[in-house]
Amino acid sequence: MAVLPIIEARDLWTQRGQQTIHRDLQLTVNKGDIVGLVGGSGSGKTTLLRAVVGLDAPVKGEVRLFGVDPIRAGRSSRLDARRRMGMLFQGGALFSALNVFDNIALPLRELKSLDEPLIRDLVMLKLSLVEIEVEHAAKMPAELSGGMVKRVALARALALDPELLVLDEPTAGLDPDRSRSFVSLVQALSKEYGLTVLMVTHDVETLTTLATRVAVLAEGRIVADGKLDEVVKSDHPFVKSFFGHMQAEPASLLNSRH
Amino acid sequence: MTANSIQLRTRESGERVVTLAGDWTLASIRNNLTKIRKSLKTAAKDASLVWDLQSVEALDSTGAILIWQAWGDKRRDGALLRPEHESVLERIAKIPRNPPLRRRENLLGLLVALGRKEFELVGHARGLLGLLGTLVLDVGRGILHPRDLPWREISATVYKAGAQAMPVTALVGFLIGVVLSYLSADTLKTYGADIYIVDLLGMSIIRELGPLLVAILVAGRSGSAMTAQIGVMRVTEEIDAMATIGISPSMRLVLPKMIGLAIAMPLISIWAITAALAGGALAAQVQLNISFLYFFQSLPAAVSAANIWIASVKALSFGAVIALIACHFGLRALPNTESVSSAITYAVVSAITLVIVLDAIFAILFRSIGF
Repeated sequence: MAVLPIIEARDLWTQRGQQTIHRDLQLTVNKGDIVGLVGGSGSGKTTLLRAVVGLDAPVKGEVRLFGVDPIRAGRSSRLDARRRMGMLFQGGALFSALNVFDNIALPLRELKSLDEPLIRDLVMLKLSLVEIEVEHAAKMPAELSGGMVKRVALARALALDPELLVLDEPTAGLDPDRSRSFVSLVQALSKEYGLTVLMVTHDVETLTTLATRVAVLAEGRIVADGKLDEVVKSDHPFVKSFFGHMQAEPASLLNSRH
Repeated sequence: MTANSIQLRTRESGERVVTLAGDWTLASIRNNLTKIRKSLKTAAKDASLVWDLQSVEALDSTGAILIWQAWGDKRRDGALLRPEHESVLERIAKIPRNPPLRRRENLLGLLVALGRKEFELVGHARGLLGLLGTLVLDVGRGILHPRDLPWREISATVYKAGAQAMPVTALVGFLIGVVLSYLSADTLKTYGADIYIVDLLGMSIIRELGPLLVAILVAGRSGSAMTAQIGVMRVTEEIDAMATIGISPSMRLVLPKMIGLAIAMPLISIWAITAALAGGALAAQVQLNISFLYFFQSLPAAVSAANIWIASVKALSFGAVIALIACHFGLRALPNTESVSSAITYAVVSAITLVIVLDAIFAILFRSIGF
């Protein structure tokens, strides 16, 4: 049996209002991939993530998440697919009425089959994964700094031990030290669980150290897709301007990869 | 996904071994958690057993924590693990036990809360006074430099809070007129005082109900919108952005709302009063056989023109108070959604309460005028 791709977008067309964002976009993410999605402002990176997880319906084409249509499939299979992934939103999107602990416990409690002692340890584990100290657990999201909101949101995305992480700018707003520990956390998780990651990022360091694949989004489609050193060689004007400094001196930067 | 299993075996050497196998993940555990926990607990009771986890295919944090808890929150001596699962347990070993998840409650909690409320009240009074003072300065500056006044925003407020409120105020006014007239008709008929319906409705609607009704509607409709707008602008830091550009938030946001609502309120009050009187006259025609024409012809004799001025003055001050309260709560909202939602509630409730207090004060002030 052929292994089903985790994410598959075929001939995807999406719109925001009257504006067409993606035209005939193709994207496949296989198990274990850590895909960095790169593109200029307004090129539809976030829209693509939203379409992939089934928040927005595509105008044309189809999306498969774990082999299921995340919008039109039956309720239980749709829910199953969603529970196998965790999403980190750009602004964190923590529930402001719940404290840090309850924010992370919410997806676990929603399963309605775990008991509180188990949930408590699971939440504390996720908090220690993202390096949030225990004394912050009772705080409300409004009392957290921007970087902490990001990390708590990541802990919430990891709550259900997802097979797929969808991350919208995970390292934006983190200091270099924290973004490095984020990178090593994702690397460790992917090694242990075979975690698959689709992330939007502008951070070249995250791309070079973490992503096993880079997909470049421009003109409504993926214009380059592959290993970073292959993508860098592409002739597309956006790739040239984004990775220009790397094309000039590829050796020094590429050698820093693990 | 393979199902998880737990088996007890005795090796040839006489060692008894607990063997865990299959997937120990959230998906495989969640549907029979109690059963799995029970069998783990039973196995863990016997300290002489050796745990063999090498046949476990997948171990996620849920499965690992479940086993860890069965072991009594510590690593079981001699447990055999696959090397890749070792790090999962290592992480769990670092989880703090019994974290302080609830903030400690003070024993004098009630008293402290009461005191805090009192300070809050004083804080609101001072904030309102401060805002009012800033507005007076803004008006002073506006009189000296009329070009600085936010004319466009004032007209926007008049349109949004006034013109767009016309349908709903007319409908509510009309219905209240009908109800009042309908209910009074029977009593008046008993005393043969049918024609006094004009005095009754005229006086109560123009002097009292019209402005009050409109104030309550506008507080709910526009007051809440103003608090929400300013509150969200705080969440998105727009107010701070305005300040850095050199625009005074009070001049650009609060003043136009106050002036705009002070202009719009008397106008919609008159409009709602007209609708209420029309409703009352209609019901009077049906119930008491008093013609529509007669009703309005005898109105000026029953209700002196001074009452319309009183109604306008009341409406004007209600409008200003609603806008002031709404903006005050909006500006005090903290930059989070929870705080904005409670700010809106407080704004509408306090605006309506203050309007009614003000109405009582006006009733005493104007007691010898217009009868």
